[in-house]
Amino acid sequence: MNKLIRYRQLWQLILAHFKDLIREPAVLFWGIVFPILMSLGLGLAFTQKAEMVRDVAVVFPLADSISPADTTHLLYTFLQRSATPGGTTREGLPYRVFTLKNEKMGNTVFHFQVMEWSPAMVLLKRGNLNMILDEKGGMIRYHFDPLNPDAQLSYLKLTQIFSHIGQLPLPEQPDIRPLTVKGTRYIDFLVPGLIAMGFMMSCMWGISYGIIDNRAKKLLRRMVATPMRKSHYLIALITVRFCMNFVESALLFLFAWIAFGITIQGSISALFVLIIAGNTAFAGIAILISSHTAKTEIGNGLINLVVMPMMVLSGIFFSYHNFPDWSISVIQKFPLTMLADSMRSIFIEGAGFRELTMPITVLFTIGIVFFVTGLKIFKWH
Amino acid sequence: METPAIEVRNVHKSFKTVHAVRGIDLRIMPGEFVAILGPNGAGKTTLVEMIEGIQKPDSGEIFIMGKTWKGNEDELRQVIGLSLQETRFIDKLTVYETVKLFASFFSLGKQRVEEIVGLVGLEEKRKSYVVNLSGGQRQRLALGIALLNEPRILLLDEPTTGLDPNARREIWTILQKLKDATHTSMVLTTHYMEEAEQLCDQILIVDQGKILKQGDLKDLLGNDPDQIPPGAIIYKPKTLDDLFTELTGRSLNE
Repeated sequence: MNKLIRYRQLWQLILAHFKDLIREPAVLFWGIVFPILMSLGLGLAFTQKAEMVRDVAVVFPLADSISPADTTHLLYTFLQRSATPGGTTREGLPYRVFTLKNEKMGNTVFHFQVMEWSPAMVLLKRGNLNMILDEKGGMIRYHFDPLNPDAQLSYLKLTQIFSHIGQLPLPEQPDIRPLTVKGTRYIDFLVPGLIAMGFMMSCMWGISYGIIDNRAKKLLRRMVATPMRKSHYLIALITVRFCMNFVESALLFLFAWIAFGITIQGSISALFVLIIAGNTAFAGIAILISSHTAKTEIGNGLINLVVMPMMVLSGIFFSYHNFPDWSISVIQKFPLTMLADSMRSIFIEGAGFRELTMPITVLFTIGIVFFVTGLKIFKWH
Repeated sequence: METPAIEVRNVHKSFKTVHAVRGIDLRIMPGEFVAILGPNGAGKTTLVEMIEGIQKPDSGEIFIMGKTWKGNEDELRQVIGLSLQETRFIDKLTVYETVKLFASFFSLGKQRVEEIVGLVGLEEKRKSYVVNLSGGQRQRLALGIALLNEPRILLLDEPTTGLDPNARREIWTILQKLKDATHTSMVLTTHYMEEAEQLCDQILIVDQGKILKQGDLKDLLGNDPDQIPPGAIIYKPKTLDDLFTELTGRSLNE
């Protein structure tokens, strides 16, 4: 009975955790269907050339008093001559439409709503529009939040339109060379990140929350009152998670391959080892997080404390290089950043073991150190 | 001389500022059923946890079948059965799968699993998920799991708290059968007088970490008519609750 591994116990524990997992429909939805839907939604949003619609408020002083023959009012003249009537907004305001055509980047449709300053500010605060235009001394003025990237984009496009008011329709941009080869699209950036985030979420919620919940309902205490090896309980839990994570990521990749033609350009064996290293890191963190508390409310908080900063900062959906320079080197040390960057380098850049030795070693080390520390303070009852 | 199944010698245990157990001595012989009665916070659960080996006494000694926990954990886990108040198992396992999982910890086969499912009267629920069982059924399952290894010592920590009278009686019936058929020793912590009276040979009344009184029901209540001198006017406690109130000035359910 003193064998290091009691295979029958271990097998039954693995089976029990596995059945508990797959018999919960929500697990299958959040683990498999949701990441696929997310990649589908974001993939389509960022890979298809859709029309971009933007609402802009135009403020004229005493708009009713301007004569149609008066061409000194640039905005008024532009709206009268170049924009067409476009119906009414959700708020019941009439708007005029101007479409900035672009074969390569997709059309941008501007809805110009003529109104006074106060209601324009209300709509801006609500987020219904991100730009207010008015005119002073023969110059068009742009009112917007300069830190809002969407408003910046509107500004650039509107300046392009207004600089060519005399020569509508606008000339095509001949210098755009679309990059649509595999590896350069947003979906190529997104999918490896989604897979890495899936590993983190699955380990943190599946392992951490599972342990805390079992401790709260006294199941751990009941189990350790038997000759069950404590290590077998944890090994079984982690093994089941690893296997499920592997299946979930394979399904997500399969979907992305069929829907978007994503491929793995680097070493498959390095990817396999990296996946194990990433899962080890998050399993270790999960064990440490769940080592002590028996309250699921505290467990929720601890898990979110770990998960939320990495979800926001680790560049899963957009590059973390948009954050301030001083923070980049910190962000790059997060396990999720390391895993997502390494997966992207295999998927997109064709990396192999040589390039990934360091992150793989660090991820394994994180996992082992956190696991051992967690075990030392682990409460079974 | 027969080795006691459980021997507790002058055990103390504190948690931060709470002195949970203060110098308890206890001997439970093989086949003996002992009830530990006391209100919440009396130290019952801490005492059971120390007997169970998951808490270490600050001082004093505990022997299980003549052995201490240190260095004998694997051996002693084989002979102990445990059932707790409101233990919940893995929600999406069936009754049969749950018993089978615990049977694997004791290297027991399917035959014993079948026996246990039958013993606790859950044959019709064998394919039901644990999460769908009633409170009483869940406690019967917990008791069945505690009995899987035919334990020499059975520790039951408030196993019927929160159950309706019928469910409680079903548990008592199983325990009575066990008492009649085996040589298992049992320690039962409870709030219920009736439970202690019906099942146990010896009753310990515990409060604030100390044993206030112990003995069989007759000793404790002093109701032996042979001991009463003719014509004497004596006070006879009618129930254990009366006795507890007399000893502590409080009710057991406070």
